[in-house]
Amino acid sequence: MSHNSTLKHAEAAAQFINDEPRTNWHDETLWFVRQKRDKAAHGLPEWEQLREWASQIKNHTLSNLDNYLKEFESKAQDNGVIVHWAADAEEHNKIIYDIIAHHKIKKIVKSKSMLTEECGLNEFLHTKGIETVDTDLGERIVQFRNEPPSHIVLPAIHLKKQDVSDTFHEHLNTEKGNNDPQYLTEAARQHLREKFIESELAITGVNFAVAETGGFVVCTNEGNADMGAHAAKIHIACMGFEKMIPKAEHLSVFLRLLARSATGQPITTYSSHFHKPREGQEMHIVIVDNGRSRQLGRADFRNSLKCIRCAACFNTCPVYRRSGGHSYHTAVAGPIGSILNPNIDMRANADLPFASTLCGSCSNVCPVKIDIHDQLWKWRQVLVAEGYVDTTKKVGLKGMAFLLARPGLYRFAGKMGRGIMRFFPWIVNNKLNPWYKQREMPAPPKQSFRDWYLQNKKQ
Amino acid sequence: MSARETILKNITANKPELVELPSIDLNAVIQYNDLVQQYKTVLQSIGGGTVELQDLSSLKQELESRKANGDFVVNRIAALGEVSDSLVSLTADELAAVDTAYLQGTVAVAENGAIWLYESQMENRLLPFICQHLVIVVERRNIVPTMHHAYKQIESAKEGFGVFLAGPSKTADIEQSLVIGAHGARSLIVYIIG
Repeated sequence: MSHNSTLKHAEAAAQFINDEPRTNWHDETLWFVRQKRDKAAHGLPEWEQLREWASQIKNHTLSNLDNYLKEFESKAQDNGVIVHWAADAEEHNKIIYDIIAHHKIKKIVKSKSMLTEECGLNEFLHTKGIETVDTDLGERIVQFRNEPPSHIVLPAIHLKKQDVSDTFHEHLNTEKGNNDPQYLTEAARQHLREKFIESELAITGVNFAVAETGGFVVCTNEGNADMGAHAAKIHIACMGFEKMIPKAEHLSVFLRLLARSATGQPITTYSSHFHKPREGQEMHIVIVDNGRSRQLGRADFRNSLKCIRCAACFNTCPVYRRSGGHSYHTAVAGPIGSILNPNIDMRANADLPFASTLCGSCSNVCPVKIDIHDQLWKWRQVLVAEGYVDTTKKVGLKGMAFLLARPGLYRFAGKMGRGIMRFFPWIVNNKLNPWYKQREMPAPPKQSFRDWYLQNKKQ
Repeated sequence: MSARETILKNITANKPELVELPSIDLNAVIQYNDLVQQYKTVLQSIGGGTVELQDLSSLKQELESRKANGDFVVNRIAALGEVSDSLVSLTADELAAVDTAYLQGTVAVAENGAIWLYESQMENRLLPFICQHLVIVVERRNIVPTMHHAYKQIESAKEGFGVFLAGPSKTADIEQSLVIGAHGARSLIVYIIG
């Protein structure tokens, strides 16, 4: 789905960092968002307790998920909502297409839903001759540019204001060279208000679905989900089944964590609680599996299903910040995407768990305590065992294992290496050595630590 | 087998052993010495404004003079005079012309500036989103410290729709520059009464 879909993460990242000032800007912009998150988190003395509650609520929900889904479905039906189930992306897209075709709908608005990105809904509907208008400002910008979002919360974070200005000049006829965000946002407001008013059907995502009430909550800052859902005569809300929580009172825990973790705001502007269709409206919920029940069965990886899509792990990740979302060639990028996507397609996404330094920062900021970096490391082992890793990487790792298992050979190789670096530095200081790329090789020590230790122990 | 049955069967087969729900201890959450001050500070930081009033008389006068002026204002608060009660029949196009909506809030949350609105308080769900400017009235005694307290005060599923609304509509999607007035209301003033 991405324009980089044929490139592996490392190759796409290499292209991204060709523009050094822009890479630095991307890095600093996301770090700024991370710092805002820190400030918001430190403002609550109970922050760690909140994370623990959120984690335990999600653990509990996963352990009783079938019953909660049934309870949710039955309550939603009592509320007059039509509930659909989709085993995979194809079924999800077909359910939505059938509703559109049944009502002969022409005008569709969509607010941000990473699930519909995961399922490739826009592309599917396009093949049926149906156009959807993305209404989140960032999503509208990338939609005009025919690009996928590069971040799940900040879809156009890879673009600078002059890029947006050029795009709007082309599509919305704004003044050429006017880069003022206020002016550009106003242009989008006017353009999208027209779309909201004339829309017949609105598609939204779901942030939380409450088993106890059959209701669901959608969070936005712009108000685009509400503008669409309350104006159109049909509302379709799409959710991965892991959005479930047991009771309405649990929303307090998650709404306190979500925006603080995402952007450092105390809460999103709108946290809308939908229970019943309004008079004369038709409301649908599509509950989607698409590999989630398989992930639930993998003990090492199941708690990735606790994710509430705040993207704190993106903003803190040194690899994401310096490689950009498109390098991950999937709807959900960043560290969490790198543990979710191998489950969806192991072969296509085998590169992603290696796009990490395993520094652990992702796990430390995660509001629901997913052990992201541990899972990245575990996925690497699964992928090597299943044969989804490049031969060079496999040979390298095998060679390393062979060497480390033989202390005598290891000592000999170390001595040879130090000698070569001292007397024939050009052998390692050349572009054939990937470690030399953008780095100076270290000065070789005269002796190994072992030699030094043996020598000094004697004294 | 239907998708529903397949999904539920797979979940039943793959789910982990049952673990308990935690209990939320309100003694563990933040306390504020001055709820009103905390509320005002937070709302200001997210782009909203606050006015403290003893009673509604001055706001009632403002509303009357705006109506006399010919402004398209919508009032949903009985204490402020005549209440608009035919909003449900208005189209999105008609509602888009509303300059200011005056709504009664149920509870206000000191930690984040949010106010809970029931569907009955807005009558038309679209109103608080599509109007250009928003005025919400809330009683001083209905300001609670955190979201935990707020959910105890409201019954979120009582009506077909409800919203926690915190400040005016905003976006930072263009180079992280904050712009107030994305799709929804361009401004929010909260009147704290009592």
